[in-house]
Amino acid sequence: MIDTMAIRMQRFLRRILTRPRIDLPLAAALFILAGVGLVTLYSASDSSMAMVGGQAARFVLGAGLLLLISRIPPSMLRNWTPWLYLASTAFLVVVAVLGEGRGANRWLNLGVMRFQPSELLKLTMPMMVAWYLHPRQLPPSWKDSAVVGLLIAIPVALIAKQPDLGTALLVAAAGAFALFLSGMAWWRIGLIVAAVGGMIPVAWHFLHQYQRDRVLTLLNPESDPLGNGWHIIQSQIAVGSGGMFGKGFQQSTQSRLDFLPEHTTDFIFAVFSEEFGLVGVIALIVLYAFIIGRCLWIAMEARDTYSRLLAGALGMSFFVYVFVNGGMVAGMLPVVGVPMPMISYGGTSAVSLLVGFGVLMSIHANRKMHD
Amino acid sequence: MKLRRSFKDTRGESALFQRRAVAGFLLILLSFGLLVARFHFLQVTHHDEFALRSTNNSVKPRAIPPARGLIYDRNGVLLADNVPAFRLEVIPEKVPSMQAMLDELGTVVPLGQDDIDAFKKQLAQSRRFDSVPLKLHLTEDEIDRFAVNRWRFPSVAVVPYLTRHYPLGPLFAHVVGYVSRIDADDLDRLDPDEYKGTSHVGRTGLERYYEDVLHGKPGYELVEVNADGQTQRVLKTIPPTPGENLYLSIDVRMQKATMAAFDGRPGAAVAIDPRNGQVLALVSVPTYDPNLFVNGISGADYKALNDAPDRPLTVRALQGVYPPGSTVKPFLALGGLEYGVRRPQDTVLSTGQFCLPGQKRCYRDDTRGGDGTVNMVRAIEMSTNTYFYKLALDLGIDRLSDWMSRFSFGAKTGIDLPGESKGILPSREWKSKHSKFGWFPGETVIAGIGQGYWEVTPLQLGHAVATFAGHGVPYQPRVVMATRANGVAQMQMLANPPTGPSLIQKPADWNVVDQGMRAVITGGTGSKGGIFTGFPYVIAGKSGTAERFSRTSDAYDTNKSSAHLAARHRAWFEAYTPAEDPKIAAVAMLESGAWGAADAGPIVRKIFDSWLVIQGKTAPPDIAPPEQSLPAPNSTVDPDMEDMPAESSSSGDGP
Repeated sequence: MIDTMAIRMQRFLRRILTRPRIDLPLAAALFILAGVGLVTLYSASDSSMAMVGGQAARFVLGAGLLLLISRIPPSMLRNWTPWLYLASTAFLVVVAVLGEGRGANRWLNLGVMRFQPSELLKLTMPMMVAWYLHPRQLPPSWKDSAVVGLLIAIPVALIAKQPDLGTALLVAAAGAFALFLSGMAWWRIGLIVAAVGGMIPVAWHFLHQYQRDRVLTLLNPESDPLGNGWHIIQSQIAVGSGGMFGKGFQQSTQSRLDFLPEHTTDFIFAVFSEEFGLVGVIALIVLYAFIIGRCLWIAMEARDTYSRLLAGALGMSFFVYVFVNGGMVAGMLPVVGVPMPMISYGGTSAVSLLVGFGVLMSIHANRKMHD
Repeated sequence: MKLRRSFKDTRGESALFQRRAVAGFLLILLSFGLLVARFHFLQVTHHDEFALRSTNNSVKPRAIPPARGLIYDRNGVLLADNVPAFRLEVIPEKVPSMQAMLDELGTVVPLGQDDIDAFKKQLAQSRRFDSVPLKLHLTEDEIDRFAVNRWRFPSVAVVPYLTRHYPLGPLFAHVVGYVSRIDADDLDRLDPDEYKGTSHVGRTGLERYYEDVLHGKPGYELVEVNADGQTQRVLKTIPPTPGENLYLSIDVRMQKATMAAFDGRPGAAVAIDPRNGQVLALVSVPTYDPNLFVNGISGADYKALNDAPDRPLTVRALQGVYPPGSTVKPFLALGGLEYGVRRPQDTVLSTGQFCLPGQKRCYRDDTRGGDGTVNMVRAIEMSTNTYFYKLALDLGIDRLSDWMSRFSFGAKTGIDLPGESKGILPSREWKSKHSKFGWFPGETVIAGIGQGYWEVTPLQLGHAVATFAGHGVPYQPRVVMATRANGVAQMQMLANPPTGPSLIQKPADWNVVDQGMRAVITGGTGSKGGIFTGFPYVIAGKSGTAERFSRTSDAYDTNKSSAHLAARHRAWFEAYTPAEDPKIAAVAMLESGAWGAADAGPIVRKIFDSWLVIQGKTAPPDIAPPEQSLPAPNSTVDPDMEDMPAESSSSGDGP
């Protein structure tokens, strides 16, 4: 008994330590992105080495977790999935009951550290959907789609109630993408999109007043010159004044003179756009597109349904970050708290993104042709 | 599962996934195309326009903090005012080296370490073009000296602001509380948009409890600034909305008279209108000057207040907990009637001691030899311990604590002031949480006379007396009666409906206890020394003298000097008037009083007298001076002396 345990353990350790893990193109793209992020942060934070150093430390931590997780085989992740999903959803319930934080109840205080359980769902949500669909006949039946809908809706409702619409959107998208990739019929997708569209007036009714204000100020930024309207106006001035080639590194007057609020976090992409212009914006978006494409490539090569759906959903949800943040900075979408991945200053999102890429690396390492 | 797996078309699924992944990627590229188109629109099509706006970008919003609401007594006497003052502010973006500037400035205007710490905390949370207050409440001398050196500090300005002033100082310190400078913890808690430009926040008392009402809403002005950030002109102003004013139900005259009655002796008093729960006076002695805290108290001042042995910063009226002693007896009597455990005419023989069957240790009466045969009215009048020992046993601890909990003993009364204590209502539940032993019958016995685990705040007792006086209809105590928004002539009365139906099922029960409490004033402990003589209305009351320390010997205390006893006793008096239609209920407590009636009674009398004056009547002049009412040092017995069991409580009653 003990012998077999020991042998299994040994086998497990050998497997974890010996196989090639890393997809080099993806790793290289992430490395470049992190570099761009640190350079932009250096400029946006007025050359604050403390902030750049802190962010770099988080990247190192995230990279360490990436390497660690890349060594866990997807089959093992799959076995853990329901428990991870249940645990992270339970954390959300705990936060809803006794969370702390100004205005929004989204933090859980563990004594040594505070963290946002909603951040975990960004990973456990696509895992759960993939786990559920993995053994089932695909494309999914109505019944299976409904179950997946419920699996998505419960945590998303809890996050939206915190209220943290940005994260709720990211988590919902991650789950929905897994369903989309599983081959759900186009006409059914169309039906659901239409239904969701029809729900918007109802949802509007349930939004907090400040959330409605954010949408309304998008339509008329001058109505709120102290708050979000100010953000939108100043962000567009920053982007627009950048022009084709930008004002140059560390030349963002909008950020330097403090006209642009939140210029190291949610609005850092405006600083980037002002300094590097449309050329820089296109280059960065191409880099993002490459990363997403590479994720989908890894997904196509994956060995089983679970890995395929999970990798694809993670890659596609990366797109939501970029689109929502970019749209917000350009005055196209309302102000919601979605960071620009790897560029915005802030700990949790950078670390949780890299953890997600760790899962992708693991799926890549266990792809079908090499087995 | 295995079976279903075998039906899965793995190859087909893989192909389906590939098609979907490609479709998804194409949609993503399309969306990115849309995003790039938007950036092209801003950065190329409209570049010239935005470039111009960027270079001309010189308009910044500046917050204008609202004026804090004022606080008045019930007749409009000002208790908290805003007065103009000057402070030093720093605009961070114009300072090349903050530490060097602070060092240099310190040679012109002395800067305390407290000022610098608070400034640095706030600095870390501010935008660089928002000015941050550095030193508050400058003296004229400091303003003059800075004016001469103004040119050396382009980033520093003397700015007028409104600071809080409490004209009556110590009299309302424990009620109104004070505001103080916003600190780092506050910045986490407060909405930054609402507190832009505001330097102070309510810290204690009403200032804290009604922060949301008092604060108001900030306004803003759009100002054009030059390259140095200096204001060129104001383009547009949206004025702030001042906070609402508060009106207390307390009358300054009553508060003053109550405070004076204590003559500096530590204690607390509460007076409540039983008809609506309005607090008429709330005093805690000793007190302090709240004005010290507004612009940052000096370390030495704070240490002196905090370390003072009589703890002036403690709000005894609602934070201090004390054993209630005999003051709980009327409530217990009422419970006996309501539960049908006693009829008014039921009598008990008081022989001087009461023994639990099968136990050697006995519980004493206050009168050596006992009060003889007493019914309920007589037992309240004489404060006969044996009657209440038996009543407590017959009720049992569960019914006793359930009944008492309805008067908010062991729970917060819900007054509109922060920091209330819950006290302790003895119960099995409470004991199981705090002790590994079960409940002993002896503990029920002493709970019947307000000793043992019992702890109440003066406010709780005041609330209980007011609830009884109001024929059992419970109201949450309320200090603030009304609010008034700026520019509105009419006060907005705050609703305070009863929290439930009357606690008393049978109105006749109320009359019996009322009779007993009237008898206390006419023939019992309250009748001595003429404390209540000459008052135009009928008063009903009850005294209480609780031990501060448990006895360690079973002997009667032979040293009867007042000073000796005062060091050992808490003196209580509770009363209401007019007994036929109660309009005021009051409780007074002295931390060191020899006897409840003789020491706390006169305070209640003075509260009632000041209430009379406010009603438009004059207090009768023939009040006996309280000095004469003190018992002679060697008087043999005092009927109000309740006691712990003869055996020391530390040895316990034993299972």
